[in-house]
Amino acid sequence: MTTSTKNAVSITDAFLEIGKNLPQSNWNSALRKEGISLLSAQGLPASKVEEYKFTPVAKKIQDTLSNLSHAPASSNVVAEKVDEHRIPGLDSHVVVFNNGSYDATLSAFDSSEVTVTSFGDMPTDSLEKTLGKIAPAGKDPFIALNQLAIESGVWIEIATGTALKKPVLILQFVEGSLQGQSVHQRSYIQIGKNAAATLIEKVVSLDDTPYFLNGVTEINVGENSQVAFYRLQDESKFAIEVNNTEVNVPRDATFSSAVISLQGLMIRNNLSINLLDSNSLGNMYGLYLLNGHSHVDNHTNVDHTKPHAESNELYKGILADHSRGVFNGKIFVRQDAQKTNAFQQNNNILLSEDAVINTKPQLEIWADDVKCSHGCTTGQLDEEALFYLRSRGISKESSRGMLLYAFAGEVLEKITNENFREYCVGLVQERLGSNHI
Amino acid sequence: MLKITNLHASIEGTPILRGINLEVKPGEVHAIMGPNGSGKSTLASVLAGREEYEVTEGSVLFKGKDLLDLSPEDRAREGVFLAFQYPVEIPGVSSTNFLRTAVNQVREYRGQEPLDAVKFLSLMKEKMKLVEIDQKLLSRSLNEGFSGGEKKRNEIFQMAILEPTLSILDETDSGLDIDALKIVSNGVNELKSKDNATIVVTHYQRLLDYIVPDFVHVLYQGRIVKSGTKELALELEEKGYDWIKEEVAGTAV
Ligand SMILES: Nc1ncnc2c1ncn2[C@@H]1O[C@H](COP(=O)(O)OP(=O)(O)OP(=O)(O)O)[C@@H](O)[C@H]1O
Ligand SMILES: [Mg+2]
Repeated sequence: MTTSTKNAVSITDAFLEIGKNLPQSNWNSALRKEGISLLSAQGLPASKVEEYKFTPVAKKIQDTLSNLSHAPASSNVVAEKVDEHRIPGLDSHVVVFNNGSYDATLSAFDSSEVTVTSFGDMPTDSLEKTLGKIAPAGKDPFIALNQLAIESGVWIEIATGTALKKPVLILQFVEGSLQGQSVHQRSYIQIGKNAAATLIEKVVSLDDTPYFLNGVTEINVGENSQVAFYRLQDESKFAIEVNNTEVNVPRDATFSSAVISLQGLMIRNNLSINLLDSNSLGNMYGLYLLNGHSHVDNHTNVDHTKPHAESNELYKGILADHSRGVFNGKIFVRQDAQKTNAFQQNNNILLSEDAVINTKPQLEIWADDVKCSHGCTTGQLDEEALFYLRSRGISKESSRGMLLYAFAGEVLEKITNENFREYCVGLVQERLGSNHI
Repeated sequence: MLKITNLHASIEGTPILRGINLEVKPGEVHAIMGPNGSGKSTLASVLAGREEYEVTEGSVLFKGKDLLDLSPEDRAREGVFLAFQYPVEIPGVSSTNFLRTAVNQVREYRGQEPLDAVKFLSLMKEKMKLVEIDQKLLSRSLNEGFSGGEKKRNEIFQMAILEPTLSILDETDSGLDIDALKIVSNGVNELKSKDNATIVVTHYQRLLDYIVPDFVHVLYQGRIVKSGTKELALELEEKGYDWIKEEVAGTAV
C-alpha cells in the first residue's frame, strides 16, 4: 500500500491508516490495538511538545519521505554484505535484520550461548507478559507507533550463568525503496542471572534512499550479570531514526551503554535505565560527531529506585557545519534511593558558527543522602593548544585532528571490547583527520 | 640568519611592538631583557607565527626567506623553535605521539625519511638523558599536571628532539631551582653549534652565567632601546631599569 505524505493527511493519520490495514497475528493484535489507540489519542509529537521541541521527527519524516509503508526485505542483504560489515578482527555471533525482519539464514551464532527466536514462534502468553512492559507504549509516541506497526521481532536470550565468549553483533540493514521507507524494528533481550554479555548493534544504510527506522529494544538484565550494549550509528545522510532502548537492571547487575553517532539526517536516541535494586550500576556513554545537516538527539533517563546504586554518564559531541546536537539527561533519584551515586557530564565542541547544541541536565532528587554531580560545557577548539602543536611543525589539519581526537577519545576508552573500540577509534580518527601517525 | 627590520605588531588594535630592529647571525646567543609588559613574549610569538598578532609594518627574514609569509608549522619546519613562557597543557594528547608526529612532519618537509617507532624511541632516549627528563613524564598527556619546572624542561626536551636552527627561549629559566637551571642550560649549550643561534628572553642575569650571551638587548615599550654585551646584563641586575626608562624619557623630550 502506498500512502502519500504530500497531501493534507497528517503523518500520524498516515501511520494509523497503515497500521489498521496490516495483517493480524495472535501475538501482536493486543499490542497493535494499544498502539493504535494511544497514537490516535496523542499523535506523533508536534513542535510544541517539550520532549521533542528541538527534534521535530514527524516534520522531518513529512519533508523527507514519500512512502511511509513498511520497507520490504531487501534483496541486497546477502552473505557478502554481512561479512563486509562485521567488525574487523572480531569473532562474534551475528544476528542479522533485513529492514527490521530477522534473517535466520544469514545469522550465525552458537546456540549453546545465544538463542534467537522470532516472536511469531513463541508462546503468546509469555510474550504478552513481557513485551511492552519495560518499554510501555504510553511512555513515548514512537513506542506506540512501533506497537501499531509491529509485524515481527525477535527474542534474544543469553541463558543464566552464561558468560559469552564472544560478543553478539546485531547488524541492522536498512534500505528504503519505492515500496516503502519505514522500518519498525523490535527486539527483546533477555539476559539470565550471573551472565556476562557484550552486544554490539550496527545500523547499516544500504544506500542513500531516505528511510525512517523506528526501533524499540527492551533489555532485561538478570541479577549479578554484566552487560555491555554498544550502538554504532554511521548511517546515510538521509536516514531518520528514532530508537527507544529501555533497560531493567536488578540487584548486583551492571549495564553499560555506548552510543556512537557518526552520521544520519535526524537521529533520536531515547535511552532509559531503570536501576531496580541495590548495588546496580548503569553507565551511559555517548559520542556524536556531526557535520553537514546531521541532527542527533540523545535523551537519557536513569531511574534510581533503591539505595546504594550508581550511575555514570558521559556524552561528548563535536559539531561542524550546520549540524545540531541535543542532549537531555534525566536523573531521577527516588525517596528510597539513599546513598545513590550519580554522575553526569556532557561536553561539546562547536566547530562552526552555524552548529547548535542544546544541552540540559534534569535532576529530580527525592532522597537526601545522595552524591550527585552534573556538568555541561560547550566551547570551541582551544586556539592556544592548536598554536602550540603547530609551532612544533605539525600541520594545522593534523593538529586539529589530534585535539579533537583527544576530546572524543575519552568516550571511546569506555568501550571495553578491544576490537570494537579500535574499529570506532579508526572511524573517528578518519573523520577527524588525525590518523596521521 | 635572522634579520628583523622595523617590526611593528599589534593585538586587537593595540600596538605592542613599535619598530624592532635585530640581526642574529649563526653561532650567536642574544639575550633580550626588559621590564614586564615591554613586548618580549609578543616578539617571540610574532616570530613563531601566532595569528592573533597583526604585523602592521616591517619585515623579518629568516635564512633569506620572508618568515612572516610562512605558517607556524612551516616556520618550525624551517628551523624556528619557541620555548613558551607558559606551555599549555593538552589533555588527551600523548607526549610521545605528539613528538613523533612533529618529528616526522618536520622530516617530511625537509625531504627526509620518517623515523620508524624504533628509531624514534632511541632518539627520545638519547635526548631524555640530555635534559634529564623522566620517562614517566612523557608517558602522560602533553604537559598535563606537569609542575612549572617540568613544563620548562619538556620545552627544552622538544627543542633537543627537533634540532632547530633558531631557538627562542622565553623565560625558560623563570621559576627553576638552581639544579634545574643548570640542567636546562647545559642542554641548551650542548645543542649550540656554529650553525645555529639562540635568543634567550630572561629577567635574570643568573641564567646568563650559564648561557653566555654575545649580545644583550633591552626591550622597552615595544622597541630595543639599548644593546650591549654581557656586561649590560650585570649592570641591569645591579641598577634595575629606571635609568633606562629615564634615558628613553629624555630622548623622547
Ligand atoms: N590580547 C591582548 N590585548 C591587549 N593587550 C595585550 C594582549 N596580550 C598582551 N597584551 C599586552 O601586550 C604587552 C606586552 O606583553 P608581553 O607578554 O609581550 O610582555 P613581556 O615583555 O613578555 O612581559 P613579561 O616580562 O611579563 O613576560 C603587555 O602590556 C600586555 O598587557
Ligand atoms: Mg613574557
